[in-house]
Amino acid sequence: MPEVFTPSPALPPPPSTVGAIGWMRENLFKGWFNSALTIVALLFIGAVVPPLASWLALDATFSGDAAACRASGGACWSFIAAEARLFMIGTYPIAHAWRPLVSGLLLLGLFVATARHLLPPLTAAALWLLLPLPVYWLLGGGLGLEEVEPAKWGGLMLTLLLAVVGVVVSVPCGILLALGRRSRFVAIKSVCVGLIELVRGVPMITILFMATIMMPFFLPQGVQVGIVFRVQIGIILFSSAYMAEVVRGGLQGIDRGQHEAAAALGLKRWHTTLFIVLPQALRDVLPPLIGRCIALLKDTSLVIIVGLLDFLGIAKAAAKDPQWLGFDAEAFVFCAAVYWVLCFSLSRYGKSLERRGHGAFKK
Amino acid sequence: MVSRRSPALDLERPRGGYLSRGNVVSLLSQLAVVALVIGGGYLLFATTQANLEQRQIHSGFRFLSFEAGFSIGDSLIPYSPSDTYGYAFLVGIINTFFVSILSIVLATVVGIAVGVAEVSRNWLIARLGEIYVELLRNVPLLLTLIFMYTVVLAGLPAVRQSIDLFGLVFLNQRGLYLPRPLPLDGFGYVAAAFAAAVVGVIVLVRWARRHHERTGTAVPVLALSVALLLLAPLVAYVAAGLPLDWELPALKGLNFRGGWVCRPEFAALLVGLVLYRGAFIAENVRAGIVAVGKGQREAAAALGLPPGRTMHLVVLPQALRTIIPSTTNDYVSLVKDSSLAVAIGYPDMVSIGGTMIGQNGQAIEVIGMWMAIYLAINLLVSLLMNWANVKAQLVDR
Repeated sequence: MPEVFTPSPALPPPPSTVGAIGWMRENLFKGWFNSALTIVALLFIGAVVPPLASWLALDATFSGDAAACRASGGACWSFIAAEARLFMIGTYPIAHAWRPLVSGLLLLGLFVATARHLLPPLTAAALWLLLPLPVYWLLGGGLGLEEVEPAKWGGLMLTLLLAVVGVVVSVPCGILLALGRRSRFVAIKSVCVGLIELVRGVPMITILFMATIMMPFFLPQGVQVGIVFRVQIGIILFSSAYMAEVVRGGLQGIDRGQHEAAAALGLKRWHTTLFIVLPQALRDVLPPLIGRCIALLKDTSLVIIVGLLDFLGIAKAAAKDPQWLGFDAEAFVFCAAVYWVLCFSLSRYGKSLERRGHGAFKK
Repeated sequence: MVSRRSPALDLERPRGGYLSRGNVVSLLSQLAVVALVIGGGYLLFATTQANLEQRQIHSGFRFLSFEAGFSIGDSLIPYSPSDTYGYAFLVGIINTFFVSILSIVLATVVGIAVGVAEVSRNWLIARLGEIYVELLRNVPLLLTLIFMYTVVLAGLPAVRQSIDLFGLVFLNQRGLYLPRPLPLDGFGYVAAAFAAAVVGVIVLVRWARRHHERTGTAVPVLALSVALLLLAPLVAYVAAGLPLDWELPALKGLNFRGGWVCRPEFAALLVGLVLYRGAFIAENVRAGIVAVGKGQREAAAALGLPPGRTMHLVVLPQALRTIIPSTTNDYVSLVKDSSLAVAIGYPDMVSIGGTMIGQNGQAIEVIGMWMAIYLAINLLVSLLMNWANVKAQLVDR
């Protein structure tokens, strides 16, 4: 009977190459330089995290007055809770607080509906374009609602209002500018190029100063536009130029075969642009458009320089409340956390769009 | 790259006479735009003129030669309130340039360090780099600046309790005080030696490259250059009889006098700009490195290059081609972001201009000056970086 070769069972891999230990050897302690980096990083974490954690949470006061806060030595989150209304809606009258709340819910609902594709794209776009109307009505009043003057708008509400209206209006403006920039008519083209490059060449704060200080000079006598609206116009102007450049990138990325096929089918130039080129270009530039939205959301904080009390402005003001003096750090950390959550989730949303096939370079 | 206008569209253009339908439409629509721009511009001009007259503001740049009358906290050139508005604005321009250039250099250093850290094989370092980038990028710059200024730097001790380093350096709420060098007679030799060393380094680099191409042996250029740049001035300094005096900061009355001082406004602006923009540059660097094919790294490893030299000789030169264009935009943004100085009171161009508007109401002129200078700076940065870009792209095979 021939002897059948039976290999002895394979030995398990050495314990130092698998599991947690193997992972650590591979990723943390591979070579002396790598190990030194790990040790430095660990020392850094050890120096930063414990005091931060004790300030943020362990020693922090979550309920109690300013005296209790000062005694604890940690962060004073009860201050944030006490000023919550100020942070959210500024000095908006508390009796009407439901109006910003409803506006916020409208915004949230529309955002979720769009992100989850619950609406046909054109309907969603139309609803976004119309969104400012009910929001201005709800916040400002009129037509049966008691009026609340824009000087009282503030806090997170104002930040979101400036950013959302800025985006919603500047995207169509940007599309027009981008199309104008690629126009074959020299006059239209040069006006668009001039406007886009001028706006992109100067800091946003100069545009805001222009809107707040110079715009009254431009308007005929007797015509007055409130500062919130002037700032909003400045933001739209600023954002449109950047949106235009994003859209232009998409337009340039459309294959020339698309133009040729449309021409072969006998489509007119405008029809080609409207039904063939633009939809594809916009789909491609969705991720960078989201990036511009994030940038705009952060940039709206500049309005505090021209005297509006947006979310950051309110944080600065709340820290000056005589009852709660000395809690600047808490106000700014809370403010930063909210901005961070908003911007980070938007950027995640942009990345997920890119993964789903939007974006010019991932087809 | 797709051509701007495809031939198909040209085919569509009617080839009739001058009065073909296409030409008429084109002419009319262009005329309409021109008329709209000119008409709108005239209307704006007329209303503005009327408004200015009514408020009795005299337009024009005459005010630049009037006495400014306000003081400036931080100036690189000698300035007093009796100087003119024009000179005060110049102080602002210099401050803007100074903080922008310094931030660009430091943000590049931070960006490269963090970007390389993000792709590090060390898991912990990579995560720390990512946390840094995500933390800084998703919070408004203005918030970072104000936080730096009102929380971090306000936590420094008062003047009387200054942190004291050997009686030479003092740190307190009013700023960081450093000894100031005062050049004496023979200092020109030291400067000349340094200039000679710079020329020497340029010659050395060129020679080393030729030598490397000819013989294949590398010259330790970096070590030699650093040695040359340090040693030559040092030798000249000793030989000329130590021609340098130091002015030490000293507590006189309620404040420190003498020495060099770095004000908290400047420090907050610098740190904020560097940390914020550094995060963006780090993202560019990371994306550029990731975009270099994995095969390049494997080939380098197969040739026996250690990881450090692979990064330096193989990956980074190729990554630069993707990094430079996006980083140009970040530099331009950084220069524009420096205008946020106005929020924390560093006297840059915008904040000095703002003071001028508050005093004399010449808003249109001042805003025009801001815009003109920022446009010029942007153009300059773009030109410089385009030149760098061409340099990086040239190595095509």
